[in-house]
Amino acid sequence: MSETQNLTVVQAVRDGLYTEMREDDDVLVLGQDVGKNGGVFRATEGLFDEFGGDRVVDTPLAESGIVGAAVGMAAMGLRPVPEIQFSGFMYPGFDQIVSHMARFRTRSRGRFNLPMTLRAPYGGGIRAPEHHSESKEAFYAHEAGLKVVIPSTPYDAKGLLAASIRDPDPVIFLEPKLIYRAFRGEVPEEPYTVPIGEATTRREGGDVAVFTYGAMTRPTLEAAESLAEEGIDCEVVDLRTVSPLDREAIVEAFEATGRAVVVHEAPKTGGLAAEITAIIQEESLLYQEAPVKRVAGFDVPYPLYALEDYYLPTAARIEEGITEAVEF
Amino acid sequence: MYEEVGSTVSVFDRAYDDPVRVLDEDGEVVGDVPDLDDEELVGIYRHMRLARHFDERAVSLQRQGRMGTYPPLSGQEGAQIGSATALAEGDWIVPSYREHGAALVRGLPLKQTLLYWMGHEAGNATPEDVNVFPVAVPIASQVPHATGASWASKLRGTDEVFLCYFGDGATSEGDFHEGVNFAGVFDTPTVFFCNNNQWAISVPRERQTRSATLAQKAEAYGIDGVQVDGMDPLAVYSVTEAAVEKARAPETDRPRPTLIEAIQYRFGAHTTADDPTVYRDEDEVERWKRKDPIPRLEAYLRSEGVLDDERVAEIETLVETRVAEAIEAAESEARPRPEEMFKHAYAELPPELERQYEEFAAFREAHGDEAFLEE
Repeated sequence: MSETQNLTVVQAVRDGLYTEMREDDDVLVLGQDVGKNGGVFRATEGLFDEFGGDRVVDTPLAESGIVGAAVGMAAMGLRPVPEIQFSGFMYPGFDQIVSHMARFRTRSRGRFNLPMTLRAPYGGGIRAPEHHSESKEAFYAHEAGLKVVIPSTPYDAKGLLAASIRDPDPVIFLEPKLIYRAFRGEVPEEPYTVPIGEATTRREGGDVAVFTYGAMTRPTLEAAESLAEEGIDCEVVDLRTVSPLDREAIVEAFEATGRAVVVHEAPKTGGLAAEITAIIQEESLLYQEAPVKRVAGFDVPYPLYALEDYYLPTAARIEEGITEAVEF
Repeated sequence: MYEEVGSTVSVFDRAYDDPVRVLDEDGEVVGDVPDLDDEELVGIYRHMRLARHFDERAVSLQRQGRMGTYPPLSGQEGAQIGSATALAEGDWIVPSYREHGAALVRGLPLKQTLLYWMGHEAGNATPEDVNVFPVAVPIASQVPHATGASWASKLRGTDEVFLCYFGDGATSEGDFHEGVNFAGVFDTPTVFFCNNNQWAISVPRERQTRSATLAQKAEAYGIDGVQVDGMDPLAVYSVTEAAVEKARAPETDRPRPTLIEAIQYRFGAHTTADDPTVYRDEDEVERWKRKDPIPRLEAYLRSEGVLDDERVAEIETLVETRVAEAIEAAESEARPRPEEMFKHAYAELPPELERQYEEFAAFREAHGDEAFLEE
């Protein structure tokens, strides 16, 4: 049994970067304020001192430059881990993400692969200024050629990050900043991976399957515990990767009960819940006992923070969604 | 003012690394003092004091949990107030997110600025008669807007000039290049005002570009570029005024757009979420504090007999009162109503959104506001 440390999610990210950089000289970090400052959330704290300015690189303030330069580095065999400071600032780099990062392998007929991992904190709930709270994972999940990973625990943060960095294909690694420091968990000191594309069951239950990921995992579990007191037993599945989705896990959990709820903070229309609902419809129509319920953000621009509590799904809203699916 | 062709030309014909200066660090005159009457000069001083006091109070509100993350401006009053004062009534500013002082000069109530950083939707609703574009948080994203807005002014034959603010870091973004390039190509009445405060969060100016100056980037776009001591409000006023008048006067053979690099320093953090002691030396901060724009102008105005102890005390009282009143007004503003989220997303709410709103309202009715608050 290897040694473990008791870490927060952001510390586990930092530890994942540290471990992978120690293991592989080709891994490097680039972005804004990742060097001496250690990242605005301290996700790269101490890495500059440990690995130096050639591997922990403060770039000019230019997201397209950060992503595009990482594409070039990755094509030449490095394993760059670009950081975009907040996911709301990925859009200047969006052209590089969809036009190149996602399709370099295809466009070169396999000559160039891009083993790069683009990290960004995402999501709401921390009273942040405008453009700092959105959840736009569906943009990236919609783009063929990318993998999209979203951890919800310190253990998974380190293991999924390591798997992403080692993956031969480009990964968008979205870190739910609401839970960056919300709790701690045991994280092995040694390197390990958590496989991309595999969901995990956070709670077992026989009445309804609830699918979620990222920061919504906690209120979903809270809702499940609260409903357990009323005799409703929820299975809670943390997807962990939203592209590719773990189709098998979704189908299996759904078929056990014939009822499902999907929870995400991203806007409802065109969100991952729609995709999960379609999978259920395609695979398990004859098992279905109730309409699949979506509990999601609204189809409005993310509000300034005084109203964000009304935007984000809460345990109470999730409970109501689950109750609806169970009582149908 | 454009009749003073001689001095206007000299502003734009100097070397890129030769900043325009009017007052030195002690408030001694070292350049051409702009043609402002006493009340206008006192106005600049008063606005700088107001911006500084507002800033200090805003940081303190954030520390007390009465406001969210806030980007301080202390040290940058000379650039903001000096430039905004040079605009004519109908002109516009296109800000980034730190131009609370410039917006104040343009008539934006302090209460609005507070509400925005307190997370109220109402903070984004600038009054109709205030020519200020919405705050732009994504870096440099407002630069092409300023070009487009001023282009519209040119196309429609109005004579509004657009003054666009951004920082040193913004000059690394693609939007900066595209916006300024368009301005050159379409010869728009735009003044691009770079608040070079030396640091983009933790990244120093030297790391943004290998160019010796930011002003010289203008050369590549075929427009004028000029450096100014951004902590000298009178120099900033002079340069901006020359740029604004040139933008408004198409008969000149000079390009209408100008890139101004205003050299300055942010005394505080990037935002209240930032700790600058991690990346910069206290010595450096102290060095720049000696260039503080407020005592400089005050020393000059005292030496000219425009200000004395009594007048300064009056201004201090006025400033404290106005800021206190703005805070009081912002804090007594009712919490925004949740339906504000749904308003203004579209001119007319689409049926699906209408449905989402009704579902939301029914849930709130049934469960109350506490169902939206995580413990």
